[in-house]
Amino acid sequence: MLIPILIACGVIAGVSVIIGLVLGIFSEKFKVQTDERQEKVRECLAGSNCGACGYAGCDAYAKAIVEGADPGLCSGSDTEKIGQIMGRSVTAAERRVAFVRCSGTCQKTNANYNFNDTKDCRIAYYAPGHGSKKCPFGCCGFGACAAVCPFDAIRIMDGLAVVDEDKCQACGKCVAACPNHLIEIIPVSAKYIVRCSSHNRGKEVKTACADGCIGCGMCMKVCTTGAIEVVNNLARIDQSRCIGCGKCAARCPSHIIIERNANHAPRT
Amino acid sequence: MNYVGAFFLGILNHALIDNVVLSRFLGLCPFLGVSRKTSTAAGMGAAVVSVITVSSAVTYLVNRFILIPLDLVFMRTIVFILIIAGLVQTVEIVLRKKMPGLYSALGVYLPLITTNCAVLGVAIDSAQKQYNFFQTMVFSVGTAVGFLIAIVLMAGIRERIEHNKIPKAFRGMPIVLLTAGLMAIAFFGFKGVAF
Repeated sequence: MLIPILIACGVIAGVSVIIGLVLGIFSEKFKVQTDERQEKVRECLAGSNCGACGYAGCDAYAKAIVEGADPGLCSGSDTEKIGQIMGRSVTAAERRVAFVRCSGTCQKTNANYNFNDTKDCRIAYYAPGHGSKKCPFGCCGFGACAAVCPFDAIRIMDGLAVVDEDKCQACGKCVAACPNHLIEIIPVSAKYIVRCSSHNRGKEVKTACADGCIGCGMCMKVCTTGAIEVVNNLARIDQSRCIGCGKCAARCPSHIIIERNANHAPRT
Repeated sequence: MNYVGAFFLGILNHALIDNVVLSRFLGLCPFLGVSRKTSTAAGMGAAVVSVITVSSAVTYLVNRFILIPLDLVFMRTIVFILIIAGLVQTVEIVLRKKMPGLYSALGVYLPLITTNCAVLGVAIDSAQKQYNFFQTMVFSVGTAVGFLIAIVLMAGIRERIEHNKIPKAFRGMPIVLLTAGLMAIAFFGFKGVAF
């Protein structure tokens, strides 16, 4: 009776020892030399594998930094510390944030009809007028952008997507998710912005929304550096040429050019 | 029968007609768990193909030359699990060194295969049916390819139905299980061409 049990134990022990030995030998023989700086650099990165830097993930980017890639591509990273680890000075890329080019909250924008389908931007986009709001260019407010945001930086407030700039890492996932292409990535230093993307003509804009660019071109005229261009009834500011004088915002009759971070943040 | 013909017939038989997931109901957890995206599903499927192929070869040899001579057939399950776990670890170590690209593509799915019952199922099935080495290899490769086909199809369907208007009661896992059931019925059609 005892013998078969002993044999069984022996076989299991033998197999285990063999597997253990094989694993041990393999792990020694196929040891992967990882640069210890890679681990440290990895800890300084944002760590959400968003892919905004253009690499497959934070691990891949950390590896690339150690191998000499530009360490300033991750806007959420601790660049100073990376510089210390790598022993060279690192100039941080300018922080960028996502920006929703629409100010049509439920109060400001009139509704055409009640939208009773699934509350999904991609479905609303195929509804008449790209959703129930009268403005066919505006935010339909169902939060496709908020759903894809890996940083939880976008909230739908009163029918409008709002970016929390402290949390935003400019990964650009929301830009791709918005069927209306309302979101763009802007430098955090951008001072004045046009918060509308309606290409409709002035009268239609006025009936649809209390806050909309009517394309009058006043801003273009007052701009001293030629940074503003009105194309297709919509003003656009070239941030590289904007000097932040604020003349356009003062002149805009529909108050759609606003100063960022000046308490124009959505009234909730 | 010549070996080449038997090989392809066997692969076809085990991949489509006796599909491991859809008619033998093995390996359901990765089938439902990792089929959210086609790319990860294909990665999982490829990893399963390689692991099943290697593990069934090793378990065949262990069964034939250790367990049966020593009259320890009742120890099959535990020994096979041990071998599969060890093999998966070995494959992981080797892949990490030799093919870092594939290693990072497979990611977490590689160690998950240890708990895939399709792998153990193939090893035990072929031991119980007393296949010879050639039959074991055909059986295992065919089954693994069947798993790959099923999981990639499933992932494709799941990607399509994601944005559809699904009744509230069916959202999430219920619709996936229904889909799996319909797929199983569709695969049942292959029984008509059994060789």
